[in-house]
This record gives sequence, C-alpha cells and structure tokens, in this order.
Amino acid sequence: MTPPSNREAPEKATEERLQQIRREAAETSARGPAHNTQIQGHDSYYGLPALKPPVWTWEVPLYFFIGGISGVSGCIAFIAHVFGADPAMIRLLLWIALGGAAICPALLIADLGRQSRFLNMLRVFKLRSTMSMGAWILVAFSGCAFLAVVSNEVELLGYRSTIVSALRWLGEASGAMTGLLLASYTGVLLGATAIPVWFTHRRFLPAHFLTSGLGGSSAILELSGFFMPATQTLGFIAAGLEIVFEALFEIRKPDVEAPLHQGRSGIAFRIAGLLEGATALMIRIIWGSAPGGRRAAAICFLAGSLLSRYAWIWAGRVSAKQSDVPFTLQRSGGAKTLSR
Amino acid sequence: MKSAFLTDATICIGCKACEVACKEWNEVPADGMEWSGLSYDNTKSLGASTWRHVLFLEQPVVSGPQVADTKDPFRWVFLSDVCKHCANAGCLEACPTGSIVRTEVASVYVQPDICNGCGYCVVSCPFGVIDKRPGDGRAFKCTFCYDRQKVGLMPACATACPTHSIQFGPLEELRERASERLVELQGRGYSDAQIYDPRETSVGGIHAISIILGQPENYNLPPAPEVPTIYLKSAWTSAFVSAAILVAVVCAAFAIS
Repeated sequence: MTPPSNREAPEKATEERLQQIRREAAETSARGPAHNTQIQGHDSYYGLPALKPPVWTWEVPLYFFIGGISGVSGCIAFIAHVFGADPAMIRLLLWIALGGAAICPALLIADLGRQSRFLNMLRVFKLRSTMSMGAWILVAFSGCAFLAVVSNEVELLGYRSTIVSALRWLGEASGAMTGLLLASYTGVLLGATAIPVWFTHRRFLPAHFLTSGLGGSSAILELSGFFMPATQTLGFIAAGLEIVFEALFEIRKPDVEAPLHQGRSGIAFRIAGLLEGATALMIRIIWGSAPGGRRAAAICFLAGSLLSRYAWIWAGRVSAKQSDVPFTLQRSGGAKTLSR
Repeated sequence: MKSAFLTDATICIGCKACEVACKEWNEVPADGMEWSGLSYDNTKSLGASTWRHVLFLEQPVVSGPQVADTKDPFRWVFLSDVCKHCANAGCLEACPTGSIVRTEVASVYVQPDICNGCGYCVVSCPFGVIDKRPGDGRAFKCTFCYDRQKVGLMPACATACPTHSIQFGPLEELRERASERLVELQGRGYSDAQIYDPRETSVGGIHAISIILGQPENYNLPPAPEVPTIYLKSAWTSAFVSAAILVAVVCAAFAIS
C-alpha cells in the first residue's frame, strides 16, 4: 500500500495543474472566440506544418563534411599515384581517407536514437534507401582505405613485391571509386526526401558536396605544406565553382528557396557561400603566390564548406515548417515534373 | 486482405474517443498538453506519440448543415487523421534497417525491436506522419493495430468511434462505400464534399481514405503526395556525372603540373 503522505502529493500536483489549465484557458478565451481570429484559410490547416522537420543532430552535417573530404582524398590519392606525384603527399591523402573513415562511423552512431543497434544498418542491402547505401558505401570505403594505407606503409618500409604493389593499386583504385560515392551520396540522401528545399535541389546537392570535398581535400594538403601547382589549381576550381553555385541561387528566388535566403539558415548559407567562393578565390588571386595566402584561402574554404553543410540541414528544418510550400508545389506539378 | 480505414468528416462529432482508444490500447505515452487556441484542436498534428489526430476546422461557410454559432455562423468540421499506410510508402523505402515492413494486411509496420532511430523515415514521409520519439530514440507511428488485426479484432480507434465516422474493412469495399456516400452527400447539398484517395501519384494509393468537405489542404492533406524515391534517379545521375567531372578535373590538374 502506498503511504497516505505519498498519495496526497500527486493530488496536490493535479490540483495545481488544474489551476494552471484554468488560467491558460481564461487567457486563451480572453483573446476572443477562436474562429474569429483563426478561421480556416485555403492553403493549410491553421498554418501548421504538414511535414516533420529532420531530427538529425549536429553530428550529421559534420559527417557530411568529413566524409566528403576523406572520400575525395581517396580519389586524389589514386590519381596522384597514377601521375607519379610526391609519395609523401599520396601517403598523407591515404591517411586522411582512413582517418575520415574512422571518424565517420562514430559521428553516425552518435546520431542514432538507439546507438547499440548501429549494426542493424547492415541487416539489409537496399538500393532504394540512400541511408542503407550510405552505410554500405562507408563500410566499403573504410576497407579500401585500410588496404591502401597498410600496403603503402609496407612499401615505404622497403618490403616491395608484386603482391604488395597489386594490393596497393587495388586499395587505391577501389578507394577512389567508393570515396567518390561517399562524398556525393550525402547529396542524394537529402535530395530523395519529402523536404521541399532538399528535393528541388537533388541535382545540385551531389555536385555541390563533391566540389566542397574537392576544395576541402586540397585545402588540407596546402595546410600540411604541399604547395604544388596542382593544389593551387584545384583550389581555384573549387572556389570558382562555388561562386557560380552561389550566383545561381541569387538570380532566381522561388518560395521554396526562402530558407536559403532568410533567417538563420539563410544567413549561414550566404556566409558559407561567400567564404568558400568569393573570399577564397580573392585571397588566391591577390595573395596566392605566398604560402600564407594559400593557407588563408584554404582555411576560408574549409570554414565555408563546413558551414554550408549545417546551413543545408537548418534550411531543411525551416522548409518542413513552410506550411503552404509543399502543397503549392504539388498543385503546380512541381513536386513531380521537376523530378524526372 | 487489404485492410483500410474510411474516415468520414461529415459524421465525426470531434469527441476524440479514437485518440484516447489508440493511446490506451497501444500504450502510447503522453506527449504534453498545450492550449493551442486553434478551435478545439490541442493535439495539432500526428507524431511519434499521436497516432490518431482529430482536426477541428472552422470554415467560412454560412449555409448548409453543421453550422455553429448563430451570431457569427461558421461551419464546424471534424476529421480524425491517421497514418495513410501508403501503397508506395516513403518511410518503408527509406528505412535502412528493414525495421519498417509491409504486413499481410497491406499495412506499413515499424518493428520496434529493429529500429535504431536513424531518422531517415521522418524526412521521407510526404504526409508528415512518422517521427522520432524524444527520450526513446526510435521512430513510431500508427501500427494499424496489427496485434488486434492478427486476432480478428478491429483497430481500437474504429472500435471506439461512436458515430461510425471511422470505418474499417477491405479497401475495395470501403472505396465503394465512399463513392455511395459522396453521391448521397452531394444530393443533400454538400457540393464541396470529396473523397481523399490520391491514386494518380507515385504514392499509388493509400489505405486510409477519407471523405472531406473542402480542399485537402484545409486538412493538411497533400493534394498530390509523391514518394521521395522518384527523386533517386535524377539525384544519382547528378552524383555520377559530377564524380566523372571531378576525376577529369583532378587528372587535368596533375597532368598540367
């Protein structure tokens, strides 16, 4: 039996709650009859959101950023090897790939609602689920990067043989392919959802994230002291592309893009675009001959690239709450015809 | 058998017995109480812990039945909303663990012992139904009372409904019943009555159809819902083309230097 003293407490709490409810009801009714102020419009249900906003935590955009850099690093390592570039640079690129592959699963698991069940991600192989594809891509990339790093280190230790060399080429080539998938699938992940600002940009997002990964990987090489012409060229191209992307968003501004122009997500998106685009490019043009200038441009690009991943997630949250946009898109056929 | 719901807004009295019956039977936890000021709707939307939601519409229509308030008349309409159990379900397609499955009664079911709370179903539902439950971490939505259906019982909401606004039965039978009811309603002057059953879009039909007065948008029902997998082809094409361009650019950068 529950002691009497404990039984009184919940009753007191209930009474207090009832008082509170009465006060709130009085306040609400003081605003006048509900139907006078809140009568139904034609576009939505009291302007309440018709979609659920993304529930992803801060780890996910950081994962997009790190996954993009390590994936593209794996790709550049292979191409650099083919063109006979500096072995020290190739070694660093392979380690970036493996390091990223080690951090990424930790970030993804941290975001899960039930972290102990992370292995359930590998229960099924589903081509139609981009999240499932992503899990498998990450596993494949980790394996390839590990093989490439180990065989490369073995060769650097002086154990040269046909088998080690073959394993290194195998690891690097498959790492390049899976790395490109890792850096781009995150764009597909956002693009194939019901969130208007994401699905209307499903063609743009993979290109944007790959560009971001390319510039980021090259920026890390420069920050590590590899000031060869190739990293300068890649830095120029990535920043130039980001300026083009930014300009495209400034030219036409449909309602669905409002989260990219207004509010916190809009400010973040603009600052990110300016950092990785115009600022990084201007520093390279004016001060690009000096290592300090290239370092500054690299830092600008990395900061902009990281911020832009967060801006896209924040924009998705705002977009899900735009009550009329999904309906207007559907009525105009925009949800379907834009898709094919 | 393809089980289905037919929810009729012209019969609903807004008693919320369905909301209560659902919570009780499925042991869905409380998810807060807030006075919304939006008619009598303090539930506001479906969610992880709200699997039936009664909407309260106050429409600026001053003639016909169901008109309330003599001084300032308006038409008061109620509709009990629920997961649509889509034929092509966005949540099911998106689920990376295989937790979300199609059952033998054609419903879409989240297996709580498999779900790891990745949250991808949440952004993949074109109806904004499924959500991650705070504190629990997993995603939840209407189970179509799969446990009750297994032993030949009707879902709790349909059983509790005192007006038969929520009807349960085979999909084709309910579609016929809805058409008959629509003819009857239009004959009685409800010229804006319609059946909400989007079959022409990629969602390919739903298993929770309704009879509504006015436009679907008024009920936060998407007029032409699309399953997000239709966007996969163009997004992956862009990914492959962009990746090919990236390889060419990097090759060129190393070839020049």
